[in-house]
Amino acid sequence: MGSFFTPLSWHDAPFILTGILNTIYISTVAIIIGTILGLMVGFLRAESNRFTNVLMGGGLDVLRSVPLIIQLILFSTYIGATGHPLDPFVAGSIVLSLYTMAFMSEVFRGGFESVQQPMQVAARSLGLTYWQTVRYIRLPIGMRAVFPSWLGVALSVIKDSALVSVIGYMELLRTSEQLISRTQQPLQILIGVGFFYFLISYPLSLYGKRVEGKMVS
Amino acid sequence: MIEICDVHKSFGDLEVLKGIDLEVKKGEVVSVIGGSGSGKSTLLYCINGIEDIQQGKIVVDEVDVHAKATNQDRLRQKLGMVFQQWNSFPHLTVLENAALAPRIVLKKSKKEATEVARQELTHVGLGDKFDEYPSRMSGGQQQRLAIARALAMKPDYMLFDEVTSALDPELVGEVLDTLRMLRDDGMTMICVTHEIGFAREVSDKVAFFHQGIIEEIGSPEQVISNPCQETTRKFLSKVLH
Repeated sequence: MGSFFTPLSWHDAPFILTGILNTIYISTVAIIIGTILGLMVGFLRAESNRFTNVLMGGGLDVLRSVPLIIQLILFSTYIGATGHPLDPFVAGSIVLSLYTMAFMSEVFRGGFESVQQPMQVAARSLGLTYWQTVRYIRLPIGMRAVFPSWLGVALSVIKDSALVSVIGYMELLRTSEQLISRTQQPLQILIGVGFFYFLISYPLSLYGKRVEGKMVS
Repeated sequence: MIEICDVHKSFGDLEVLKGIDLEVKKGEVVSVIGGSGSGKSTLLYCINGIEDIQQGKIVVDEVDVHAKATNQDRLRQKLGMVFQQWNSFPHLTVLENAALAPRIVLKKSKKEATEVARQELTHVGLGDKFDEYPSRMSGGQQQRLAIARALAMKPDYMLFDEVTSALDPELVGEVLDTLRMLRDDGMTMICVTHEIGFAREVSDKVAFFHQGIIEEIGSPEQVISNPCQETTRKFLSKVLH
């Protein structure tokens, strides 16, 4: 009688690859959407008066302070309870993107605020409109200043995406959990998975170093 | 022509300008001198609409600067301004700094904008710095860059707000030489300055500001060499000695 457990084999490669791709997929979506929303919210925060800022700040604080895993479970349970459950990828992307946005918005806010008033006045004195000053002066100067922080948030999103496994999205961690329960080889598999996370993050980190190097020169 | 009529300007309760009248004709160089807090820089900010005014009128070439219908962005294209701090755009090379506004505001092609920028940069003596980043240049060079950047918009007027005040003493000369050159080109200029010697040398008119009003105005010989007001004399004796 054959064993219930079968060891890890090359036949599992496509399954693992799916996990890797799904991790890359959801991280990319969250980083892109989170960056776009974060830019808008961060800009609003830099431009708003105190009152609006307190309101926005409260909402963002909730997103940043409640553990991601709780947000994921609450959101997908709530959506499920309404009778229109979402695909785990969609639900995960929404929560992870908002979570990312909350961190990115503070990063970008700092970036916009780092461009001092006299610099903006100088640009306006050349005839640039308000929005041209935002687009050609504040955005590029501010984003350069906060690029390292942006990169830090982006890298942590890749790792945080592992939590989306709790609502059933078949990303890298979840594929590995399934393999572990089948093969009972947790050590090898977790080391392998850790290595894959490193492989996904490292190029981004390298890219960041290159961009920073360029900015210094 | 720039016509300033009875301009009042307050920051909250503090009235900084208390009824300024001044006329600057095409080709004229007017220097504004006076102690700090006398309102002279504020006047420049009002002329190109960075600051509102509470009363009076500023008219540039028949356009009321603070009228609701006035497109100030458009108006600023003909009013070049250079500040105490040079505010170079750190993410752009020297050439890109000067070419930015012609390209974006005047919608010139990249080639045309670059050409104008090259000309103006060469004019102020930065012909060998095109590809440099501003952070690698001295304050004097960055201030000349700021002048070239404003000139690249082909303004009709230039407003200078204490452009040498933040410079190390040994760098003041090169910036003043650039201003002299502009005067020789026939540029209409208003210079707020603490360089009394320079004001005497280049100006057609000198205005002495004191506590928000023009205490004395006239030719440099009259205002600087033979002031008739006591306050002017006091101020000059302080800055000249």
